[in-house]
Amino acid sequence: MSVTISPKRLRREFVRKVRELSGQNLQLCYQCGMCSGVCPAVSNMDLSPRRIIELARLGLEEEIANSKTVWICASCFACTVNCPRGFDLSKMMEAIRLLTLRKNIDYIRPEDISPQERCKLPQIAMVSGLRKFTG
Amino acid sequence: MSIKEENKNPAEIAAKLIPIYIMGKRYEVPEGLTIMKAMEYAGYKFIRGCGCRGGTCGACGTVYRKPGDYKLQVALACQKTVEPGMYMAQIPFFPANRAQYEFADLISAPEEVFKLYPELFRCVACNACTKACPQGIEVMDAIAALKQGNIAEAARLSFDCIQCGLCTSRCFGELAQYHMFQLARRIYGAKILPRAEHLAEIVGTINEGRYDQILEELKHVKEDELKKLYQEREAEPMAAGEDWKPKDTRYL
Amino acid sequence: MKTKARNLEEPGIASLEVLGLKLVEIPRWNCCGAVYSLADDDLIHQVAPVRNLIRAKEQGQDKLATLCAFCFNTLKRANLLMRENAEKRNTLNSFMDEEIDYGGEVEVVHLLEVLRDEIGWEALAQKVKLPLRELKVAPYYGCTLLRPREVAIDSVENPTILREFLKALGASPVDFPESTRCCGSYQVISNPDDISEYARVILNSALKHGAEALVLTCPLCDYNLGQGQKELMKKHSEFKGMPLFYFTQLLALALGLDPQVCHFELNYGSPESLLREKNLLSQSESFQPIGG
Repeated sequence: MSVTISPKRLRREFVRKVRELSGQNLQLCYQCGMCSGVCPAVSNMDLSPRRIIELARLGLEEEIANSKTVWICASCFACTVNCPRGFDLSKMMEAIRLLTLRKNIDYIRPEDISPQERCKLPQIAMVSGLRKFTG
Repeated sequence: MSIKEENKNPAEIAAKLIPIYIMGKRYEVPEGLTIMKAMEYAGYKFIRGCGCRGGTCGACGTVYRKPGDYKLQVALACQKTVEPGMYMAQIPFFPANRAQYEFADLISAPEEVFKLYPELFRCVACNACTKACPQGIEVMDAIAALKQGNIAEAARLSFDCIQCGLCTSRCFGELAQYHMFQLARRIYGAKILPRAEHLAEIVGTINEGRYDQILEELKHVKEDELKKLYQEREAEPMAAGEDWKPKDTRYL
Repeated sequence: MKTKARNLEEPGIASLEVLGLKLVEIPRWNCCGAVYSLADDDLIHQVAPVRNLIRAKEQGQDKLATLCAFCFNTLKRANLLMRENAEKRNTLNSFMDEEIDYGGEVEVVHLLEVLRDEIGWEALAQKVKLPLRELKVAPYYGCTLLRPREVAIDSVENPTILREFLKALGASPVDFPESTRCCGSYQVISNPDDISEYARVILNSALKHGAEALVLTCPLCDYNLGQGQKELMKKHSEFKGMPLFYFTQLLALALGLDPQVCHFELNYGSPESLLREKNLLSQSESFQPIGG
C-alpha cells in the first residue's frame, strides 16, 4: 500500500497523545518486524503491528482510523516481550484505542452480543471485552 | 428568665434561622426543619421529588455539600434536617433504562441478569455508588455479588433499596444498579427462597373451605352482637402452658 | 469461579488442603477488572485490583494466591504499580479514602508458583495416589502467566513449570510450539470467527505433536478453545476434538480425590471418555460434557 507522508497530513497532536497515553518513545522502533512475526492475530489484520507503529510515528491518524488492526489486537503482549528495543506495543495499541473510546465512540455495544452468548460467556470475557471496546 | 420572656407565647419565640442554598440561591430557613420542609418554607412547591415523606419511596434523593468541604453528601429530603451553609440540589429522577422481561419466563440463574443487563460488567469498583446511597447500602458489594453470580447475596445486600437512583447518577460504568437489584430480589423471592411449608398448608386448609361457614355466619351478625362477640372473645392467658386449648377447638 | 469455572476452583482448593495448605477466600472481594489498564493516565481502572489487595492486607495476609491466570496478571501488575509509583500510589490511596492505605505489602502469586515454590515437585510427586498413567498432555500457558516480563512466573521464551507439574503427577508432557500463543482472549465477544481460527492453530499443533489433551490455567482460554473446537468440528469432520483440563483438575485426580470435586461435567471436549480409556476414572462415573 502507498502512503503519502507530508507535513500537511502529519497530526502532531495525535502523536503527542499516543506518546503520553502509552508512555512509550515511538522513535525506538527500527521496523525490524519482530512484532508482526509473533503476533497471533496478524493474519486477520489489514495493517500489521509494524506498520501501525510507523503510521503512528508519522502522525497519520486517518490511515490508522481506517484500519481494523487495533480492534483485532488481543493485548497478548507477544509483541512487547519480543521487541528488541523494549518498545511496549501493547500500550501503544491501547493508547490508540482509547483515543477513540474516550470520545465516547464505542467499538461494540453490549446489546450486540447475543443473549445466548451473554449467558454462556465467562464473566471475565464480558468484563475484559467491555473494558477494551466501550468507553 | 425575665418576666417578659416567661409570658411569651412559645409560638412567638422565633426559631433560629440558618442559611441554606437551594440550587445556588440563598435562603434563610428555620433550623430543625427537614430539607423538604425547608424548601417548602422557602416557597418551593413540590410536584416532583416528593412522595411518602416517610423515607421509603425514594422520590426525594438530594445531594449537597457543606461549606469548605469537597465531599459530596447525599440524603433523603424528607428525613434529613438542614444544616447551616448546606448547598443542595434534588435529583428526583435520573434516567435508568429498565430491561423488559416476562418474569414468569425467567429461571433462577444469574445468567438471567447477565442477559438483561450486560452493562453490569462495566462496573470498575470505584465505589461512587456506595458513597451516594442514602440508605447506607454497600452498593458496590451488591454489584460484585451479582457479577459473581450470587443472586441471594445481592438480594440480601440490597434489601433496604428504595430505588432513589442516586447510585445510578454517580456510576462511572453507567449501570442502573437499582434495576438490577430489583431483578435480583424478585428472582430470589419468587424462585430461590424456600417456601414456608406451614404457610402452604394453612392456605390449602383455607381454600378447602374450613373457615367458610364461620365467616359466612359472622357476615350476617348484627353490629351490636359483633361487638359483644369481640369483647367476650377468649384470649390465651399470659401464663398459659404449652397444653392450653381454647373452649372452642373447631378451628384449630 | 463460583459459577462457570467451578471446575477450576473447587479441585484447586481441595487439592491444596490435601497438600497441607488452606486457601482462605478473602471477604468482600470484587471483580479485579480482568484486564490491566495500559494507559499511563488511567487510575480508575487500578482501583478494582487494588481494592482486592487491600482486602488481603486487611486479613493480615502477606500472600494473595490466585487460581485464575487472567486475574493473576491484573493483580500482580497493579501490585507492582503500587510498589513502584509513589505518585499514583498516593493518588489511589487518597481516592479510596474509605479503605486503609496500601503500599504493596501483599505478594501476589499464582497457584502454580505455590506448588513449585512452597510445596515442591518432589513433595508433590510423593503425595500422588493415582499417577496419570503417562497421559499425553500438552501444557498450554496462554499469555497471562508469562507476559509481560515483570509478572512472568517462569521463563518467557521457554517455560517449563507446567511440564514439571505434569511430570510430578505422572503424566507425559507434550511440548508444542503454540503453547504460549494467545487464544484470542476478549476478542470472543467482538470477532468470534477469529477465535475459531486461533483454536484451530493451537489445537492442530498440539495434535500433531501427539497430545491427547490440553492443560489450561485460564477460564477464558478454556471457553475460547472449547467453543472454538465446536465450530471446527462442524467445519472439518476430521477434527475429533481435544479434551481440555484445568491444571487443578489433573492435580485433584492425581492426588486421589473424589472426581466429583473436579466437576468434569463443566468441561468441554468430552474428558471422561479419555479418562476412562486410561483407567483414570471408573466406569460408574458419568459426566455430561457441556455443549454435547
